[in-house]
Amino acid sequence: MTNPPSASTRRASEPLVSVRDLEVTFRTQGGDIHAVRGISFDIFPGETVAIVGESGSGKSTTATALIKLLPGSGRISAGQVLVEGRDITGLSDRQMASIRGGVIGYVPQDPMSNLNPVWSVGYQVREAIRANGVASGRKDIEARSIEVLKQAGLGDAERRTKQYPHQFSGGMRQRVLIGIGLGADPKLLIADEPTSALDVTVQKTILDHLASLTREKQAALLLITHDLGLAAERASKLIVMNQGRIVEAGPSLEILQNPQHPYTKRLIAAAPSLASRRIQSSTEVTFADADALGVDIAKLAARHDDDSAIADAEPAITVSDLTKVYSIRRGGFSSEPLTAVDNISFTIPRGTTLALVGESGSGKSTAAKMILGLEPPTSGEITVGGTRLTGVSRSQLFNLRSRMQPVFQDPYASLDPQRSIGAIIAEPLKVHKVGDNASRDARVVELLEQVALPSALAHRYPNELSGGQRQRVAVARALALKPEVVVLDEAVSALDVLVQAQILQLLADLQQELGLTYLFITHDLAVVRIVADSVAVMEAGKIVETGTTDEIFDNAQVAYTQRLLEAIPGAGIPLGA
Amino acid sequence: MLMYVVRRLLQAIPVFFGTTFLIYFMVFAMPGDPILALFGEKTPNPAVLEALREQYHLDQPFIVQYFLYMKDVFTGNFGTTFSGQDVGDVLARTFPVTLKLVIMAVVLEFLLAVIIGLISGLRQGKFFDNSSLVIALVLNSVPVFVALFLAQYFIGIKLGWAPPTVGANTTWAAMFLPALVIALTIYVTGMRLMRGSVIEARDADYVRTAQAKGLTSRRVVPVHIARNSLIPVITNTAASFGALIAGTTVTEGIFNIPGVGRTLYQAIILGEGPTVVTFVTILTVIYVIVNILVDLLYAVLDPRIRYV
Repeated sequence: MTNPPSASTRRASEPLVSVRDLEVTFRTQGGDIHAVRGISFDIFPGETVAIVGESGSGKSTTATALIKLLPGSGRISAGQVLVEGRDITGLSDRQMASIRGGVIGYVPQDPMSNLNPVWSVGYQVREAIRANGVASGRKDIEARSIEVLKQAGLGDAERRTKQYPHQFSGGMRQRVLIGIGLGADPKLLIADEPTSALDVTVQKTILDHLASLTREKQAALLLITHDLGLAAERASKLIVMNQGRIVEAGPSLEILQNPQHPYTKRLIAAAPSLASRRIQSSTEVTFADADALGVDIAKLAARHDDDSAIADAEPAITVSDLTKVYSIRRGGFSSEPLTAVDNISFTIPRGTTLALVGESGSGKSTAAKMILGLEPPTSGEITVGGTRLTGVSRSQLFNLRSRMQPVFQDPYASLDPQRSIGAIIAEPLKVHKVGDNASRDARVVELLEQVALPSALAHRYPNELSGGQRQRVAVARALALKPEVVVLDEAVSALDVLVQAQILQLLADLQQELGLTYLFITHDLAVVRIVADSVAVMEAGKIVETGTTDEIFDNAQVAYTQRLLEAIPGAGIPLGA
Repeated sequence: MLMYVVRRLLQAIPVFFGTTFLIYFMVFAMPGDPILALFGEKTPNPAVLEALREQYHLDQPFIVQYFLYMKDVFTGNFGTTFSGQDVGDVLARTFPVTLKLVIMAVVLEFLLAVIIGLISGLRQGKFFDNSSLVIALVLNSVPVFVALFLAQYFIGIKLGWAPPTVGANTTWAAMFLPALVIALTIYVTGMRLMRGSVIEARDADYVRTAQAKGLTSRRVVPVHIARNSLIPVITNTAASFGALIAGTTVTEGIFNIPGVGRTLYQAIILGEGPTVVTFVTILTVIYVIVNILVDLLYAVLDPRIRYV
């Protein structure tokens, strides 16, 4: 964890970057969209500032405006951006090239798409160094590129520079991007959601690296993030943005513990943290109210009873000794086995939620696929509601599928853009030949009501809906066949914090109403805390620890679980509400 | 990689036998007696007729003819044409001419596609892009023989800028005009592919990363935009190479180029079995090899693709 230098030592100097009344406009067919509406802030040398907001708040647009790399039709329509006292809004692309990289470095959001797949990693780092004249001559540039990659935490950089991006994991690619961003010793590094695509433990390592690197080089850091905990932990100054405006700015801790603006208050209240408790259904809070007021998870959680009821219920799913072995081709005719899921066993009592937690590659999604009947297990047994899932015929498996339904992570990719919402929700009914057209239409209306969407949406298309609405549609589709078990594979990970809170609330209500059993697969432990009755922690295909949610969070026995818990950003910071 | 090449070459064996068998069957099934046709109006001596039939194995059943032919092919004997020339010699004489024409056409097509596609993609929706689309559509909708006649008449005869026919003088310069006309009628697909991938690459995250490093567009455009966009264009061009070799009949006829296409056409008219089968077989082999090369080229262009 970083301790930023105290404010007084920094304020002595002039601001490095000074944004004055900045406005950014996108020209679209439907008229101009004002993504940023007159914001002003300063970044001083060596300072760490975080801009926090939901998607669409204008935070990423602000970041790209500072280096004039606005996407598409975006342009700075008013205001000034002073970099070391010089207004860059009127500079040509050629003049900007001398500021980019050298004065302001940029670490983009998605490590998967931000490296050119056809050039080696070393080539892409050397390019950044050469462009800014930090080193000259083949040997020097080569040496410098290895040095920055090592600083960014890529241990065996010498060997790795000849490799291509696809041979790197997400975390390693992110390190390469940080290496590129820091390659020319910039005075300010902009990091746009530098870790949101990464596992918590990797996230922590990367952020620690960023912090120590910027401190060593006396560089300022501008963090763009949706994660309040992360922002508070890393930045000394916080800027909260909503709909293109700054709603609140000031020292981090002050904002988190004593927010003034209602939007900030909602944001903090909705943020799941370790201090939260299990959500209960909110039968008396209607969704109209919830949307207007924001869902106060802390309050709902206060009505948390205890877990005594769990043990009595009969199991909805029993998994015993489940194993999945893939064979990985090694070139030629040889292959080697890869055990993705290694002999795992658990049961989920009816009407409760089990969270399956682990990092990427831990085997949690493979386990989910097997439970959904999408992937045949190598060995082991799965029983859903007393019926065995393994070793049954294709047609039997087809009938069993209606008893467990999935909700996937990306609400944009999981709905067919060519079909209406009504058709999407009715599809499982059609496939399983339930009812006729009229009764299916009636069921669609009923389902839309259950997920608190207006029935008029049945005739609309996915692109007309927001991310949260889409995820509600995905939930409605999963409920269409009245399943006993719903497998939620990272079902809220892609959503903004306020929307996430609403979906979690919806899931809790539906569980209460319909007696659903959830298998909740996630890497986000803070969410686990508020949705799960029990937790199973997976590492490298094995379940390393199981227990009730309270047991795991208050008294984790295994080092791996402890490490996961420690890595949650903002774990130690008490949030105000 | 080596395993992959070996596997692909092994796959080419059934393709080779399948095509030759099919072609041989079709030539055999063609109506009319080619030997009788050779004598035209005259009535031939039955003994001579019998001798000729025997020489070309025409007295044997179809399947025996095929295997006798294959045996000859593998011993390096491609047979003779009816005028007594060795088919191998005819191939050796005509093939380089066609190869020259096709290489020139493909290179021109590739350059047109890449350059026009790149500029169109970078200036999407602007004047250059719109006019290049209109021109491309016009060129693409003119049948190739019409374009060839027009070029021959206006550029070759009226303006006299290039020889209107090629004849025996098969130099690069003499064949430039027909090659250019072929290129102009086929570059559109490649150009649109290039334009599309340039537009996609222009907005790609890695291009923004490259700009954020402080690179100017003089470097970003060739290294990060054009380089990534070339992959589909090269594949398209390489694939058209195989098709062009087989499809030069019309061009060679109009410009009187003594190449594979014209020879093959005449052989089909005359019903010269050995010539047709040999030529088509060679074309098939070339097509298969070009396709293997294209697949290998993929791996060179895109490091994500590895063959095992």
